[in-house]
Amino acid sequence: MVFFDNMGLMALTPGMVFMWLIGLTLVYLAITKQYEPLLLLPIGFGIVITNLPLTYLMEPGEGLIWRFYHYGIEWEIIPPLIFLGLGALTDFGSLLAQPRLIFLGAAAQVGVYVTFFIAYTMGFSLQEAATIGIIGGADGPTTIFLASKLAPQLLGACAVAAYSYMALVPMIMPPIMKLLTTDTERKIRMKKGRKVSSREKLFFPLIAAMVIILLVPASAPLIAMFMLGNLFRESKVVERLNEVSQNALMNIVTIFLGLSVGATMNADVFLRKEVIFIFFLGLFAFMISTASGILLAKFMNLFTQNKINPLVGAAGVSAVPMAARVVQKVGAEADKKNYLLMFAMGPNIAGVIGTVIAAGIFISILK
Amino acid sequence: MATEVLVPLAGSIWEILVEVGDTVEEDDELLVIEALKMENLVYAPCDGTVSEIRVKKGDTVEDDDVLMLIKE
Repeated sequence: MVFFDNMGLMALTPGMVFMWLIGLTLVYLAITKQYEPLLLLPIGFGIVITNLPLTYLMEPGEGLIWRFYHYGIEWEIIPPLIFLGLGALTDFGSLLAQPRLIFLGAAAQVGVYVTFFIAYTMGFSLQEAATIGIIGGADGPTTIFLASKLAPQLLGACAVAAYSYMALVPMIMPPIMKLLTTDTERKIRMKKGRKVSSREKLFFPLIAAMVIILLVPASAPLIAMFMLGNLFRESKVVERLNEVSQNALMNIVTIFLGLSVGATMNADVFLRKEVIFIFFLGLFAFMISTASGILLAKFMNLFTQNKINPLVGAAGVSAVPMAARVVQKVGAEADKKNYLLMFAMGPNIAGVIGTVIAAGIFISILK
Repeated sequence: MATEVLVPLAGSIWEILVEVGDTVEEDDELLVIEALKMENLVYAPCDGTVSEIRVKKGDTVEDDDVLMLIKE
């Protein structure tokens, strides 16, 4: 009889079975539709595993996945390591060529703050509201980083929302982009920016790290690692470190990130009505961020001769480089000889930095 | 009078869709440039005949490099 009592089957609840469905759906979407497979596949599997009873995988102090979660995420190690890789992957050239496009990346944070206030008025705590708002920045590691500091109970839901919406960028963004721009605006061909020297690219991560961290110290873990990765890239003397940061190291930590995020989503924590609100608010944040980037670009056009194609503003939501690709696609639909991809990368990268700064501000005020 | 076909965005040559001697019309597809894992078509700027191709598959190209010449 002891064997039967210890069998997982006996402790199964309907909620757990429902969570299997969610986990398996993510696995299915990752495989068949290739929606963010690098993350949604381990997350989906983690959800299924954590909802098998009596495994103690997430038992504090002893469970295997709990250790990944505790030392990787609670100790703030994995998201900064991902940022190291992202920094090594990032070419700031398109941003430095047209520095004015930085503003578009900043405008896209409007969705974060608007949603923060709405979530707060709906009854979420300030810390929870900030974590939900940051979904609008469409940056996975930053969302996880902020959630682990301010509202760990929402970490799983917010991470899945962020990664889902990033996967759905090609569906969510184009209708908003078309609604807010005229055909003539979509056809605007932008003037190429100036040539950026390799010396500028070398100095940028050093100066940016110092300036941003001096202004928003709480953003330091992510910004420092991001700029270090970028320095590896641009210094051209540590190709091995550059290569390992963007490939092997990033892939390794992605496994632990995905699995532990999935494993935080047990039925008791996840199946509450707040989670539905999180998904709606996250989507709302994302849409507002898309729109505010476009609208700022249109506003800037009122004062400048050198017109900005407002579609480029939509790339201010991070989601690198999917958002920039969508801009290129929508632009090419209006004028097939218009190449917006590289212009869109500027606000796209600025959006990543902007979201980290927004998260840093939340941490310094709310922690 | 030959018209230069310039690189519209930096990337690498993914595929070349025409050969020297081909007759092309304005807006015909000439080649594909891969940038950020995205394939971007480059179109003919004018009618004419392809007289010279200066790149090959796999080349890395920068903004405003000359890809090919088209004789009108």
